[in-house]
Amino acid sequence: MSNNLNLKLRIWRQDGPDAPGAFLDIEADDISRDASFLEMLDTVNERLLGDDIEPVNFPHDCREGICGTCGVVINGQAHGPEKATATCQLHMRKFRDGDEITIEPWRARSFPVIKDLVVDRSPLDRIIEAGGYITAPTGSAPDANDIPVPKDVAEASMDAAACIGCGACVAACPNSAAQLFTAAKLAHLNVLPQGQPERWKRTEAMVETMEEYFGTCTNHGECHEACPKEISLDFIAFMNRDYIKAKIKNRSLASQAR
Amino acid sequence: MISLDSKVPAGPLADKWDNHRFSIKLVNPANKRKYDIIVVGTGLAGASAAASLAELGYNVKVFTFHDSPRRAHSIAAQGGINAAKNYRNDGDSIHRLFYDTVKGGDYRSREANVYRLSQVSVEIIDQCAAQGVPFAREYGGLLANRSFGGAQVSRTFYARGQTGQQLLLGAYQALAAQIATGKVTLYNRSDVLDIVTKDGEACGVVVRDMLTGQVSAHSGHAVVLASGGYGNVYYLSTNAMNSNVTAAWRAHRRGAAFANPCYTQIHPTCIPASDEFQSKLTLMSESLRNDGRIWVPRDLDETRPAGGIPEAERYYYLEDKYPAFGNLVPRDVASRNAKTVVDEGHGVGALKNGVYLDLSDTLANEGVETVRERYGNLFDMYERITGEDPYRVPMRIYPAVHYGMGGLWVDYNLMTNVPGLYAIGEANFSDHGANRLGASALMQGLADGYFVLPYTIGDYLAPRLGTKPVPTDDPVFTNGITEVDDRTRHWLAVKGTRSADHYHRELGKILWDYCGMTRDKAGLERALSEIPAIRDEFRKDVKVLGTADGLNQSLENVNRVDDFMELAELAARDALHREESCGAHFRVESQTEEGEALRDDENFSYVAAWEWKGPDIPQELNKEPLTFENIKLSQRSYK
Repeated sequence: MSNNLNLKLRIWRQDGPDAPGAFLDIEADDISRDASFLEMLDTVNERLLGDDIEPVNFPHDCREGICGTCGVVINGQAHGPEKATATCQLHMRKFRDGDEITIEPWRARSFPVIKDLVVDRSPLDRIIEAGGYITAPTGSAPDANDIPVPKDVAEASMDAAACIGCGACVAACPNSAAQLFTAAKLAHLNVLPQGQPERWKRTEAMVETMEEYFGTCTNHGECHEACPKEISLDFIAFMNRDYIKAKIKNRSLASQAR
Repeated sequence: MISLDSKVPAGPLADKWDNHRFSIKLVNPANKRKYDIIVVGTGLAGASAAASLAELGYNVKVFTFHDSPRRAHSIAAQGGINAAKNYRNDGDSIHRLFYDTVKGGDYRSREANVYRLSQVSVEIIDQCAAQGVPFAREYGGLLANRSFGGAQVSRTFYARGQTGQQLLLGAYQALAAQIATGKVTLYNRSDVLDIVTKDGEACGVVVRDMLTGQVSAHSGHAVVLASGGYGNVYYLSTNAMNSNVTAAWRAHRRGAAFANPCYTQIHPTCIPASDEFQSKLTLMSESLRNDGRIWVPRDLDETRPAGGIPEAERYYYLEDKYPAFGNLVPRDVASRNAKTVVDEGHGVGALKNGVYLDLSDTLANEGVETVRERYGNLFDMYERITGEDPYRVPMRIYPAVHYGMGGLWVDYNLMTNVPGLYAIGEANFSDHGANRLGASALMQGLADGYFVLPYTIGDYLAPRLGTKPVPTDDPVFTNGITEVDDRTRHWLAVKGTRSADHYHRELGKILWDYCGMTRDKAGLERALSEIPAIRDEFRKDVKVLGTADGLNQSLENVNRVDDFMELAELAARDALHREESCGAHFRVESQTEEGEALRDDENFSYVAAWEWKGPDIPQELNKEPLTFENIKLSQRSYK
């Protein structure tokens, strides 16, 4: 097929967290423009297998841009060149014949490489466990319409809740900071009426857990640029404001009454 | 033969669940901490069950092959979740949701289970709203609804086009809170490769740590499988790439009956395949059918772009054939009709393998902004995948494998026929009959996990107070570990010539051709001769490189494909034996004069629960008769 692409790939290979890594150079010829980026990797893996080379391990699952499992650095950009697009939704028609494509895992100290392009992002789960929830034991909820939520508040909450937890924000950040991820969860819950009772406790716990694992935000904005869901930087400002308030409010029980 | 006692409580339909909750045994709050429960899977069903059980006080171990519980495929559900809230004042009720679900399932589900599902649907919305799920709202702050295929009321709650994501994050966050308290121990990147029984009762699982390759045993008083559906048996489906049947299939091999595997839902609104390398199919929420009109060109040789084809030359086949429901007919009906027009040669797109889903009327009447607000993320996704702008040209859609209504047989308590082994969510067969209605999967997963299992499991556990879980050095566990180890090493030793994906793709083609949207005797018999042949070849010729001692995605995959090979044969056998059409199972030999599915209630009004008899021996059929005391069976009609 003359319309197909011939590409030069440089793919990062690494056996384990402590093993040295290196790029594998591969000529990937005859790649369809309609293939997704991960389908291109599938094709490459089939060919590697044919040559008795162990296929490249890469993170992926839903391939619909929603599970947040996938994500590699493509030519230096987390999730690659297309804006607001997770790796699995990137298609090869965005590349040109003859392109050289460098493919690396997320690069961040908090995300050690497990193997090849797969990294360990579990510190993100630790942040959620620290307070990224509303305590509502099963069965104890009031009727859903007992708590009206103004439409614009629900929309703002949803804007933040759209985060897929892929970790591209951390990978794109020069400081490996997780502010955008943390702020998105905080804003999702803190703007809602249901989120108020635990608001200040949640904020302090999540921010401080984040700081245990990740670097510090210096407002580069790279996280937003890389984010497949275009989570707004405004949420980081919101989080910083809530964190300062939380430090005061959490000092005494009485101040919880606001 | 196995015993299939459905344990449906006596009494009037509306009182059954209440009566049952009163009559089953309870575990006292202080004693719950004396029980260990294993939960496999962290989707809507697994995460909600694990969190709820831990809140009650049980010790829970939860296993997922994902890096984080939040990745489970429930996250990809787009459209919404049904509940009989009747917030719209449009005539909905628990009984109507019950009726719609039984009718939509073409009268092949258990009345009592479906009624209970409708009852607890109301509580699910309350629970999720309290957790902070950002459901769509009206300007006054109250919850918004939309309508969905197969229903004439608006009972679907939604969070943009990401309802599954938001509900799963709600359950995941509830689970995270329990992980933080220590009541739940999370085992991520852990592949459950066998279910262990002792003296006929479930006592644990065998798990491979996907990072180290180490195989270990975990023991508990009960095991809950929430491992999802088996749609990937077709290779191409809307399921996530790693969704698999392994935990459920291994349970089947250990004695749990597998019910109705031929009931596979083919979702009508997916993006058509573009080429051979296609790895999966992507669903476009069928909520688009609310505002979209489905059509194909009347002329088989049509070459004009969609916008250039005049109204009179368009064939709005659903609106023509089903004036009452129009584009909102149930999924199975919509899918079959798409296949019919494409097979007739009306298909659109370069491969003529799709139909138009056209929102241009809505775009013109309500404006681009309204459509963007409603479906923006879906339109963006469509454009990324196809390179076409759906705001300017109609989308092309075609049906794709989506959901398995079949699954492990369970009784009213959601327990399989193996005592102590439960199956919840898509992994069981219970509520959707032969066809699931849109926005009902999320409802069922959460109903099972939040509101059914946490009650019913106590009935099994209460008499076992004071017993210890079987120790993991018991031979049932050590043998289980050896078997899993041997199986793993076997794959590395085959040193064949082709990848597991190659064989998976071949298997999928057979199943899609002969056990897909339409089935007939000759085709199914052919499938039954081809599947064992390809399975033998796969086992002798598959090529897996690397080692068993660390992350090896090819090795994870080969186990799953192996289990799909066995399931595929059972699905074809189930489809062959069911000589009627019902819901998603359409036997060409059994149709009405108008070409609709024709049931045979006299001979097939039962659940087909298949019993494992050993490798290479056909499973034995067991029947659970279905009786309908509250609904009059009728030929489904959506005209």
